[in-house]
Amino acid sequence: MPKPDSIVQTPRARVKYLGVARSGTETLWAIRLTSFALLPLTIAFVVIVAMLGKADLASARALLGAPLVAILMILFVLASVWHMAEGMRSVIADYIRHQHMRELALMANFCFAAGVGLVCVFAVLRLSFVQ
Amino acid sequence: MAEIALPKNSVYGPGKIWPKPANAKRLTEFQIYRWNPDDGLNPQIDTFYVDLDDCGPMVLDALLYIKNRIDPTLTLRRSCREGICGSCAMNIDGQNTLACTKAIDEVKAPVKIFPLPHMPVVKDLVPDLTHFYAQHASIEPWLKTETPAPEKEWLQSPGDRSKLDGLYECILCACCSTSCPSYWWNGDRYLGPSALLQAYRWLIDSRDEGTGERLDELEDPFRLYRCHTIMNCARACPKGLNPAKAIAEIKNMMVARQA
Repeated sequence: MPKPDSIVQTPRARVKYLGVARSGTETLWAIRLTSFALLPLTIAFVVIVAMLGKADLASARALLGAPLVAILMILFVLASVWHMAEGMRSVIADYIRHQHMRELALMANFCFAAGVGLVCVFAVLRLSFVQ
Repeated sequence: MAEIALPKNSVYGPGKIWPKPANAKRLTEFQIYRWNPDDGLNPQIDTFYVDLDDCGPMVLDALLYIKNRIDPTLTLRRSCREGICGSCAMNIDGQNTLACTKAIDEVKAPVKIFPLPHMPVVKDLVPDLTHFYAQHASIEPWLKTETPAPEKEWLQSPGDRSKLDGLYECILCACCSTSCPSYWWNGDRYLGPSALLQAYRWLIDSRDEGTGERLDELEDPFRLYRCHTIMNCARACPKGLNPAKAIAEIKNMMVARQA
């Protein structure tokens, strides 16, 4: 609950705070979109991993480098990373009260998700284009 | 980080054990949160014994028994004693509910009674609901129209009227909002299930012409989107309403006007 920082601030002023951010719906949409996308993509990912189970290195490189498999893997990575970042953003908004700490955590969240995504996509592309 | 632990001056300890009523055959133990802003002490849990043969069946009856016969300083809100006014909302046996509609025999003794959680306490079982009421006022809970008012009433079909069922019955007791973890952590900015249920009540009203502006005022990561459908609100509501569903419908309206 709010700690009244100022006894002269009215209850209405505390509720209005900095006004309406006019955002949030795009986050909801992104989480819904990536959730639906991950349903088939996760199945595809599990099937691909199962196919890799008994493969040697050469056949694994060949499989992951195949165009359709590479595209599915990249889509899976992008959807997962986007979903993870949006979910983590929600957790940060829920639990980190301090404004500057929250902004730092949001930056770290973006950097981590972007880094993980780039590394994974780079790895798949390398298998596709560098033999 | 979110404040998980109680501040030092809010940690409660054991309190006074009041004497049992004389010649009572059916006694039930009540453990009640006590805090007096004037004595400078931490909160304490007082123990009272209520004679069930000399008391009404509801928890509110027992509280009034204690106030009238044992300790007149026990402070609580109550008015209608029939689940309409919402004044006697408190945490009984770990659940936010109305003392006037909660039967004593529904609760396993000892009956533990606390004020509504995570709100500033005025005294004993009385929470400060100033911010909660200001949040309710902020959603402008009245009919907003641009069309000149008709000579008689604004017309509404029976079907459109039925959409308000399950929404208009809210009595603003605050049981839902104070049971919501999102409201505990971010109650200063998150409007909470009660205010959002009322917001949806006006968003869905076929007579209202302020839908777009109402949605504008809610489209905020904190005001609306801190709801994660935890459902504590629906479980706590003593009127059987479902604020989480109303909030989900508001989110759908937000998406619908963009997609």
